[in-house]
Amino acid sequence: MRRVILVVTATVAGLVALLSFKTHSSDPERTVASPTTQPTLQPGERAVTGNVANTIYGPVQVRVLVKSHKIVKVNILEQPQSTNMDVQIGQYAFPRLISETLTSQSARIDAVSGATYTSGGYINSLQSALDNGA
Amino acid sequence: MTTTPTVAFSARLRHAEHVMGTVVSFDVPLSARHDGSLEAAIGWLHWVDRVFSPYRPDSDVSLLAAGEVTADACAPEVAEVLAACARLRFLSQGYFTAFPGGRLDPSGYVKGWATERAASLLSGAGSASHLVNAGGDVQCAGTRAGGEPWRVGIADPFRRGGLALVVAARDCAVATSGIAERGAHILDPHTGRPASGLASLTVVGPSLTLADAYATAAFAMGSAVAREWTASLESYGAFAITSDGETWQTAGFARYAGHGGVLRDAHVAQAGADPRRERRRLRPVRAARIGQVVAHAQGD
Repeated sequence: MRRVILVVTATVAGLVALLSFKTHSSDPERTVASPTTQPTLQPGERAVTGNVANTIYGPVQVRVLVKSHKIVKVNILEQPQSTNMDVQIGQYAFPRLISETLTSQSARIDAVSGATYTSGGYINSLQSALDNGA
Repeated sequence: MTTTPTVAFSARLRHAEHVMGTVVSFDVPLSARHDGSLEAAIGWLHWVDRVFSPYRPDSDVSLLAAGEVTADACAPEVAEVLAACARLRFLSQGYFTAFPGGRLDPSGYVKGWATERAASLLSGAGSASHLVNAGGDVQCAGTRAGGEPWRVGIADPFRRGGLALVVAARDCAVATSGIAERGAHILDPHTGRPASGLASLTVVGPSLTLADAYATAAFAMGSAVAREWTASLESYGAFAITSDGETWQTAGFARYAGHGGVLRDAHVAQAGADPRRERRRLRPVRAARIGQVVAHAQGD
């Protein structure tokens, strides 16, 4: 069973101050060193790369930049693109998922309504990035 | 099936569950973990997946579709869902169907229904404030912490990561049908071809079960028919973005608007902005409203 647990701690002012993650994932996903160039990090930032999550559409891998226990950026390192439809779906779905990830830490938007998306690979790779020390 | 967050100073818990082929996220009071209602809601969704998924060969729905069992041999909820689908088919002049592509697949009903019921499990345990978001279909109760309405963004199909507008919601559901994820995946059952004329259609109202089914049916109707039909729906409002980037909304949707709030920056994430698609932005004539209007939605 794949889980992402986000516990949001709000300050009195209502600002999100801290995120904590705990996983129950035990998927036997392979771990692959990031094949891409390392990102330029700002002071205080750390980059953590998730495992490759295999989906029926192809492999998905994400990297997160973390600063002060908060995800500040998500990069998609690998995504399904064997067909035009994969590419189209990715162009739509990944920004949505990234924005969900970032806004889940934000006080401004509680949810995004839109065409249904599937996101197993994204979630799994994101989870492993968090497990890897984000 | 335990959920044991390591840090929890606040009174809220967010949880994302991978189920029903998508991600269902919960924003609940911490009490929902202590009293077991979050666990029950999650367990319910997995049960629904096992019984209703057309992708599981051993689900009741798959066995029923294959003619290997009759409805009597299925969980009683299967007959309940099929009866509801038949009513919706009638209500929607045939545009909503449990047989898309000719084969039994009530998924278009099941997701909203299962999600609304998951939310009601939380209400039943005493929660007066929670939000359940099943892959973009949202049911909320009460308000967010502090008494402010929940802010539910409606994805802009022409601007990646952007929002067309934000619904300020309390005690209601928001469901959107669109083409963006899997191409033109909603078929007009009368022609068997992809529905045309709309890029996205959102329905707001008290029940996610109906909001989701109405959004699916209206999207299949195409822009002109959908506009007329959604205007006739009692207690529900619709907001649409056409293939040309125009927008329209029903009086029912507008009725929810008018509480004056302005969201200055509805574009929640710059990530992945693609200039090649920028030319398909919503048309300027309407742009003054897009991203600035906060509609106010409240269930009856």
